[in-house]
Amino acid sequence: MNENPGALVPEIAPVVAAIAAAVAAGWIPRRRQWIIRAVAAAGCLAGLAATALAMLGSPGRVFDGSYAVDPATDAARVVVLGAALVVICLSVDTVAGERREAEFYILVLLASAGAVAMVGADDLLTLFAAYLLASIPAYGLVGLTRDPTGTEASLKYYLLGALFGIVMLAGATVLIGVAATSTYPGLQSALAGAPHTAVAFGVVAVTAGLLFKIGGVPAQFWVPDAIDGASTPAAAFVATIPKIGGLGAAWRFYTHALPAHAVNWPILMAVVAAATMSLGNLAAFAQTNVKRLLAYSTISQAGYLLMAITVAGRNGLAQRALWYYLAAYALTNLGAFAVVAELPAARTIADYRGMTRRHPALAAALTVCLLGLVGTPPTAVFIAKLEIFTATIDGGYTWLAVLAVANTVASLYYYLRWLAPTFLARPADRRDALAPAGTWSAVTAYAAAAGSLALGIAAGVALPLGAGRLLP
Amino acid sequence: MLSLITFLPAAAGVILAALPARLPAKFFLRAWVAVAAVDLALVVALWVAYNPHGGYAYGENLRWIPDAGVGYHVGVDGLSLPLVAVTCVLFLACGIYSLGETRRPRTYVCLFLGLQTVCVGLFAALDLVLFFVFFDLSIVGMYFVIAGWGHGEAARAAALKFFLYTFVGSLVLLLGFIGLYLAAKPHTFDIVVLTRADPLAGRGAYATVVLAAIAVGLAIKTPTVPFHTWLPPAHSEAPAAGSAILAGVLLKFGTYGFVRIAMPLLPGAWRAYALVFIIVGAVSAVYGALVALAQPNFKRMIAYTSVNHMGFVILGVGAAGVLAGTDAQSRSLAVTGAVTQMVSHGLITGALFLLSGVLWERTGSYQIDDHSGLAHRAPAFAGVTAVAALASLGIPGLSGFIAEFQIFTGSIASQVAATAVAVASIVITAGLFLRALQRMLAGPLRLPATGPDAGGRFADLTAREAVSVVPLLIVSAAIGVAPRWLLDVIEPAARHLVGLVAR
Repeated sequence: MNENPGALVPEIAPVVAAIAAAVAAGWIPRRRQWIIRAVAAAGCLAGLAATALAMLGSPGRVFDGSYAVDPATDAARVVVLGAALVVICLSVDTVAGERREAEFYILVLLASAGAVAMVGADDLLTLFAAYLLASIPAYGLVGLTRDPTGTEASLKYYLLGALFGIVMLAGATVLIGVAATSTYPGLQSALAGAPHTAVAFGVVAVTAGLLFKIGGVPAQFWVPDAIDGASTPAAAFVATIPKIGGLGAAWRFYTHALPAHAVNWPILMAVVAAATMSLGNLAAFAQTNVKRLLAYSTISQAGYLLMAITVAGRNGLAQRALWYYLAAYALTNLGAFAVVAELPAARTIADYRGMTRRHPALAAALTVCLLGLVGTPPTAVFIAKLEIFTATIDGGYTWLAVLAVANTVASLYYYLRWLAPTFLARPADRRDALAPAGTWSAVTAYAAAAGSLALGIAAGVALPLGAGRLLP
Repeated sequence: MLSLITFLPAAAGVILAALPARLPAKFFLRAWVAVAAVDLALVVALWVAYNPHGGYAYGENLRWIPDAGVGYHVGVDGLSLPLVAVTCVLFLACGIYSLGETRRPRTYVCLFLGLQTVCVGLFAALDLVLFFVFFDLSIVGMYFVIAGWGHGEAARAAALKFFLYTFVGSLVLLLGFIGLYLAAKPHTFDIVVLTRADPLAGRGAYATVVLAAIAVGLAIKTPTVPFHTWLPPAHSEAPAAGSAILAGVLLKFGTYGFVRIAMPLLPGAWRAYALVFIIVGAVSAVYGALVALAQPNFKRMIAYTSVNHMGFVILGVGAAGVLAGTDAQSRSLAVTGAVTQMVSHGLITGALFLLSGVLWERTGSYQIDDHSGLAHRAPAFAGVTAVAALASLGIPGLSGFIAEFQIFTGSIASQVAATAVAVASIVITAGLFLRALQRMLAGPLRLPATGPDAGGRFADLTAREAVSVVPLLIVSAAIGVAPRWLLDVIEPAARHLVGLVAR
């Protein structure tokens, strides 16, 4: 039995950094709060470094088979901790000097550790604990601004999270009850002979909890309110990182905890994916508030990502497509949020008029990120979409790929609605909506846009990193 | 060498973008002309050294995303080299024409340099994903050209329509490419490997679906009836240089896709559905000509004649898929004619759109009825416009005649009815061009009451305008009078393609 905590350094590092930050925040004066930020960034970097070492080692289960350290976990560590680092960078201009600066970083670190743990969980009870670790700090993040909309958004997020968490726990209880074990390998062998109704109920209930993290239909209601109500960095976080945990966990749960053909989950996922991408896109059409637009765009992107889960059991293409898409999406989406963070006074699409003249480089970054989210080559999301469409068609869901293509075209419309005003002349009588927030957000936006292009061009190197067999 | 030609303009664009925008406009515009001239010189060097019987030349095959079956594979043959050349000629002409541009010159030049890379890259691409990358980027680049430098608010609406419509086409095309990729064992996007393997031979319904996806994607770009509705607004609102590139180069992406991808990679399905393409081609030719006849707007009229001319190309490539009642020689003639038509249309329509830009700069109107008697004031403008119009309607001695003659000779063997219908459309085109020329150039002088030239002056072609337009017509005449230098390059590749289709 392997109980080596050294295998979990990438998960432990951000937690330790969070504790250190919490302790230090008490006696570090406000003007030196950058130390907290440095500690948080160091936690992420240490986790990334430990992941790089872990990738060289051999995969294995730790802690009584409850946690798997394998290529999927490593991919989640890279994407989640990397994305958390980007969030920390883009948040500086917004949260520096705030009363709750330290809390922001602590909650980001804890929720990130939770998201990674969801992917690594190889046991239903571990999965639920990770779900709580990923969710509860996120509720706090959304409510951190303590204004009425933020509080309302946080409450809504919390109530929905609690509801879906309970449903998920009920499903896990039933599955554990009929299988008499909670580990995934144990479930896989025991559920083959279990009553079909009980298994189906358990699977659907666990799926509900995962869909809450993913932001998929029917658990997507919190997404626009939480993103609109939270501060921009917190919005960037909840739009991007919980999804990674939810999708990775769904992958492992479907392919490793369920016997083949026990429940027809692929068709369930296909319907959910179709509904999620279409609903997100249709709702995004009417949005004029940029944060709500990004919120609905993130729902539709979750739909594309769920396509990879749909064909998870069918072929080897889907796994690397999922992880590559998650990395590409996280980078591109955070780039768009970084632009929003850089222009805090610009809340609506119309406020972006005149941006190309005023901030040409930032406008270029926004163009790359938004066209990147559509899937325009040579950005990373293009290769990701190519891979995910290929995997979906190869898995026998051509109709889903065709629907995704139709949705991609539809999404172009609302991204262009945002881009088009940036090229227009600025009306003279308007308040200055394009005042920049600082250099950190801007540099993050440039770096994310450049990274999105670089990841696409260097896809030959990055793509295989998401592959690799999971533990049986 | 091919990569140098492809990426030289983009690299120059990146350097120019890094320079401060307050440098004089002339500096950026002249830099564009210089880069385009160097690129053209390099292509001429390629052409001189090219061996028409050697298949793909100047190939480069690098690993890009080996796990996804994607490579950076480029090369040119007799089908693509003429199109690369016409691309470079047109960009140079547009660069010279745009020397007077004053609106945001740095961004304008960078966009066009980027577009040149995209256009050359597409014709050189021998990998489906690489082809798609350039295909999609051309849409993005042209969107910004139309929206940023077009004629006001209507231009933004037209640009949006253009982007959405052609983006649909590109994604449908991508689905088709994925279908080809999955059919090949091992999976690959490499056009040369896929051509050799013919992975969809004998896969009835699957091949039909893939061909349908690819054909719809390419037909939207070409455009053919019934997918042409994005074209007229995009053209009438775009700036002159944008229109010239859109019609002269971007439309060829569709037709080139047929000869480079649809025909050699799906020969069985192509033969089975050749009649569909023949009918679509003939209908496009007639429909484009009839709608052009009804246009009161000179630029929209030219835009619709593009639909007509692209219809001839589709007719030619469709006829090359009919084996019954034909021999390889006539099919090869049809393909040669189709490729010649792409070259010829690029030159002639590019010239016509630049001339319509001259008209707009003088009077701020494209309406045929607003103008009359221009020949009195501007004899050179009238003469050049007349030559371009005659070239477009296929007068012998200019390139259009050579192209259309070969298409019809190659198609008539098996497709008498469709060819007859298409030939009839030439009469309509002749009528509409002659009528427009007569109304605008002859008669008493009349100019729009408002516009930049409201005083009643209509200045003749300036040296800048003449130097940009006249060489296009000289090349067209060179093809029309002595076509061998072009046909010697195209014919071996066309014969090879016909052999592939007949497999």
